[in-house]
Amino acid sequence: MQQEKAVGSVRLWEVVVAVLFLIFGAIVVWDSRRLGAQWGSDGPQAGYFPFYIGVFICVASAMNLIQGIAKGSRDAFVEWGQLRLILIVLVPTLVYVALIDNPWYSLGIYVPSMVFIAFFMRFLGKYGWAKIAAVTLGTMVAFFVMFEIWFKVPLPKGPIEAAFGFA
Amino acid sequence: MQEIQNLLGGFAVALSWFNLMLMLAGIVLGVIIGVLPGLGGANGVAILLPLTFSMAQQPGGATSAIILLSCIYWGALFGGAITSILFNIPGEPWSVATTFDGYPLGQKGRAGAALTAAFTSSFVGALVAVLLITFLSPIVARFALRFGPPEYFSVYLLTFCAFVGMSKGSPFKTIASMMMGFALAAVGIDTVTGQLRMTFGFEVLLKGFDFLIAVIGLFGIGEILLTLEEGLEFKGTQAKLNMRVVLETWKELPRYWKTSIRSAAVGCMMGIVPGGATPASFMSYGLAKKMSRDGAKFGTGMVEGVVAPETAAHAAGTSALLPMLTLGVPGSPTAAVLLGGLMIWGLQPGPLLFVEKPDFVWGLIASMYLGNIVGLIVVLTCVPFFAAILRVPFSIIAPVILVICAIGAYTVHNSMFDVWLMVLFGVMGYVFKKLDYPLAPLVLALVLGDRAEDSFRQSMLLSQGDMRIFYANGLVGTITTLSLLLLFWPLISMGIDLLRGRRAPTIDKE
Repeated sequence: MQQEKAVGSVRLWEVVVAVLFLIFGAIVVWDSRRLGAQWGSDGPQAGYFPFYIGVFICVASAMNLIQGIAKGSRDAFVEWGQLRLILIVLVPTLVYVALIDNPWYSLGIYVPSMVFIAFFMRFLGKYGWAKIAAVTLGTMVAFFVMFEIWFKVPLPKGPIEAAFGFA
Repeated sequence: MQEIQNLLGGFAVALSWFNLMLMLAGIVLGVIIGVLPGLGGANGVAILLPLTFSMAQQPGGATSAIILLSCIYWGALFGGAITSILFNIPGEPWSVATTFDGYPLGQKGRAGAALTAAFTSSFVGALVAVLLITFLSPIVARFALRFGPPEYFSVYLLTFCAFVGMSKGSPFKTIASMMMGFALAAVGIDTVTGQLRMTFGFEVLLKGFDFLIAVIGLFGIGEILLTLEEGLEFKGTQAKLNMRVVLETWKELPRYWKTSIRSAAVGCMMGIVPGGATPASFMSYGLAKKMSRDGAKFGTGMVEGVVAPETAAHAAGTSALLPMLTLGVPGSPTAAVLLGGLMIWGLQPGPLLFVEKPDFVWGLIASMYLGNIVGLIVVLTCVPFFAAILRVPFSIIAPVILVICAIGAYTVHNSMFDVWLMVLFGVMGYVFKKLDYPLAPLVLALVLGDRAEDSFRQSMLLSQGDMRIFYANGLVGTITTLSLLLLFWPLISMGIDLLRGRRAPTIDKE
């Protein structure tokens, strides 16, 4: 069997997630204490309910931490080859969301979506530009008709849509 | 019979051309959603929910909106079976058990029979559940009209304890995930005191976390990331479904009536008590395997092995709407999304809905009958078309699904922050899935968090902080006891196993 390099064991990630849960629970408890987790003059205070939620999180994740250390499997959590595939999708997605809306130059949803789909078709699918143009334009027209015209739900638009008279 | 009369009124509402058209559109969209990887019942409905915002403003529009959304749900339930049988990829978690016998049947060249059996038994399961909803929900609603805050809190408690008791994985992971949902639900302005909770000075957190975003991220993006690990291609069996195969299979199906009845019963029970469609399908498959004469041959391609999980999954998925309608407590993530829709349209789910909006309730129930009939016809006639969707190359389908998720997340509140949150929830969903943290409890806690807290606070106000209010009368006491039993079920069953463990050898020898 081919041995692929693993990115951490299941056990390691069990521990990491349990610790993150513990921190999250601690934040909830701390903020609830700040708001007051006691019985006020007019009933339970704002932090009363969340306080116990936070306590439950801490207790449950402490148990998960113990179980993770004691019984966590040493199998690979994810292999490098798999993670690479995931990142190939995840990183462009982040860029895509950043293109739609950022403090400097937002493009709206349509143009970044076309670029995003075109990127995948070109670099993963190795399609010709004619096919790419047909698919991207087709989907965008479909979305435009469905959202803006049919169901009257406005989507974010950028300078190019504005040039066509849609704002 | 009052119910029959109400139901006829409901049919009058549902049987307009506009509503029938929405039904058809919903079913087709739903099957497509069910077939596509990464899109499923819950996040599909969540993404399309914003489309109904302007529709629901018109008179009678809320009924049309719920018909559209619930039909998407029925479609997704049907669609999951197609990918399980043809591609060995369960499109939905509840169709995992369908792959056990469905895919081998397809390999033997009997894909048509497997599909017909799956669709027909889905239909039967749904029909049983809708009949149950028709006759049981008015009774439950009438009963629930007398509920006060303590009763409601005990019902919420039952819902959440059921998750802990029924979960197959670690109960502590279920609790951690669920409590995280509650904590996220508490973020934002506290409705009672007006104080800011856990916003830490960030303005975007004032509104809190919307569960629709969580659903789209956790189930949509998370699922896509998980699919990516398996590689970028789908390989499948050819689908051909002609009338002759359908009729032949229908002739065979009545033989499995016992399995059908048992599976429908299991499904309805698991749907009403929030266990959900997925465990129902496994349980029903397991029972059928144990009780059938051909039990040993299960897994090699038995029609009965398709009938059992599909009937149960559809019955559970449908009956999950019963507590949603009558008590405002959804039994599954998709029911939770539908409940969220109701609240956005300005309807208050719960027993009063039956009194105040009979048109809406009975229109919906009538549409369940019609929608499932429409669904059965659509899937039986259009299987090749739906199977063709999975042959669209991955490099096209994946970015399109991601774009749809992004648009869906944006349109909920017209907020870009939500799109970022969606991506974050997506990564979280991926890690949770890999480590067996269940997602459904998180989503349900996020939906019900505020209302559970409100009913808890009101109860505490009523009793001046005395916990004994949850044992104040027989009704609350029973529900609370049941909840605690379920909560400690993992421990109890461990105890039973220990006791049995000592006796097991003697049983084996017999």
